[in-house]
Amino acid sequence: MAEMNGLRDQVTAQLSDWLLGAGVALDELTLEVKPAHLKEVCLVLRDQAELAFNVLVDVCGVDYLQYGLDDWETESATTSGFGRGVTDMSLRETSARAQRFAVVYHLLSLSHNQRIRLRVSLPNESELMVDSVMDIWPSADWYEREAFDLFGILFKGHPDLRRLLTDYGFVGHPFRKDFPLIGQVEARYDALLKRVVYEPVSIQPRVLEPKVIRRDNRYEVE
Amino acid sequence: MSNQLPEIRNYVFNFGPQHPAAHGVLRLILEVDGETIVRADPHVGLLHRATEKLAESKPFNHSIGYMDRLDYVSMMCNEHGYVLAIEKLLGITPPLRAQYIRVMFDEMTRLLNHLLWLAAHSLDNGGMAVFLYCFREREDLLDCYEAVSGARMHATYYRPGGVYRDLPDTMPTYQATKWQSAKKTAALNENREGSLLDFIWDFTDRFPTRVDEYEALLTNNRIWKQRTVGIGVVSPERAIALGFTGPMLRGSNVAWDLRKKQPYEVYDRLDFDIPVGLNGDCYDRYLVRVAEMRQSNHIIRQCVTWLRNNKGPVMIDDYKVAPPPREEMKISMEAMIHHFKNMTEGYNVPVGEAYAAIEHPKGEFGVYLVSDGANKPYRLKVRAPGFPHLAGLNELIRGHMISDVVSVLSSLDIVFGEIDR
Repeated sequence: MAEMNGLRDQVTAQLSDWLLGAGVALDELTLEVKPAHLKEVCLVLRDQAELAFNVLVDVCGVDYLQYGLDDWETESATTSGFGRGVTDMSLRETSARAQRFAVVYHLLSLSHNQRIRLRVSLPNESELMVDSVMDIWPSADWYEREAFDLFGILFKGHPDLRRLLTDYGFVGHPFRKDFPLIGQVEARYDALLKRVVYEPVSIQPRVLEPKVIRRDNRYEVE
Repeated sequence: MSNQLPEIRNYVFNFGPQHPAAHGVLRLILEVDGETIVRADPHVGLLHRATEKLAESKPFNHSIGYMDRLDYVSMMCNEHGYVLAIEKLLGITPPLRAQYIRVMFDEMTRLLNHLLWLAAHSLDNGGMAVFLYCFREREDLLDCYEAVSGARMHATYYRPGGVYRDLPDTMPTYQATKWQSAKKTAALNENREGSLLDFIWDFTDRFPTRVDEYEALLTNNRIWKQRTVGIGVVSPERAIALGFTGPMLRGSNVAWDLRKKQPYEVYDRLDFDIPVGLNGDCYDRYLVRVAEMRQSNHIIRQCVTWLRNNKGPVMIDDYKVAPPPREEMKISMEAMIHHFKNMTEGYNVPVGEAYAAIEHPKGEFGVYLVSDGANKPYRLKVRAPGFPHLAGLNELIRGHMISDVVSVLSSLDIVFGEIDR
């Protein structure tokens, strides 16, 4: 823990102008980076000898649309039972978090045996775009393609930003929270047309296990 | 006949997704100049099942089984990464005996993975015999999976707070049938008379000799060396830049292993070495993996010795996370309620985010979990080790011949369950 706090102080001293915050939790250091300065931060983290984060372990998108919202009111007792207590999450108010999308980077330094996490929260009003870090770490290539495919986040400067995991001709970004779990279309083979056709899904989405958030005094943070 | 030179263009063709050497459902678009690869564009996603999105719709424990199906040749290691991330967020540590059991099964899983890799790699390069021998040893290890969890592959054995149950005192045995005489059955059951630990001990006794047999067939084999030495070379600098981990990184002479560098569970109490290669070619990656099998065997023996001498619980004593034992539910109302809530709603994980990584047989398997305090993960991201390896394929095979594509591809140890997720 002390080691991580030391790293935080060291990093914030150098990068404070480009950061929105830096926090240590569960022995992991997270830096909140301003979107416009991502590349500067990454270059410092990679090239400074005392930091030397030479491996980009992972890049992923996060959609905070329903963060902190639950299916089921647990604060007061329900008289109507669970079935009617469920409210469709898409009809509910949106999350308290101001910025919906974020890109999270996990870095590793082989020489100093340290990890660090960067988070870039993307402003809602502008288009979802962040600088590609592919010229800093070539391993970002497929991770950025995946985040583009699943969340629709654009990476400026990526030479080949195609879809990666979804089907050829897929429409939409399936890991967004407002994309239904059952999908939009289903495929079947049409014997008359002699090809596979796509049709709107014929099943109803339903919640089997409600998402429940309980206030647990064991985990209350100060 | 015209004096004009014929126009020579590169030829683009398809490799897979039904090619037997494509290791599942890889579709490669290869551009060749004569027989030399100019560019390889892997098309993945044919096995995409949106595991991470599915996990967001279920309580935490329900997704452990999905983890088995990510990299379906090293099942328990995937569970381990996921369970560690949950434990980190919950702030719990499993009992020591559970940690030893996890390490033992992690290493058995490493053997399972490397054996299948060796089988497929040798088959891709033309060696049929090793393929059959490797599957013989896998059978014994899968029997251990079955003895401990009831399932030969998708075990769902690791749980947050420990493992599902303690190691069994008996091994399942073969029954005599109309086609198999009692005498032959008794011979098959010879090493199954004792407990699971006895069976594993017996396996580790004979396994090093089996590895010697594979090596006798391959290591100094002229054809094997012609197919692998100097093929798919990756320098240490490029391996790091491309995000390689595990044997892919160690084959390039970078001694990096999370079991040593960032020890989890009881790896810091065990004695083992980290083999590294020198040249970063297919042959060195083969040598590294074979040496790792010997090290894993050594670790398993240490775990068996410890587990024989130390009894104890295998699950934490916190009914908010782990369901209470059945006999206690019969007499305690409190335990009954805990069981009911645990089975219907699961447990709530405190708000926060955690990244937990383990040294998976293929490299670093990381799980990034974001929790908003609910009984389901808010976001789960699996960092699959094979993903950056396959992304680096284009660089590895550029300039090689078409026949080398198969050698390089199988030396990456690719499994599509984890790449496509």
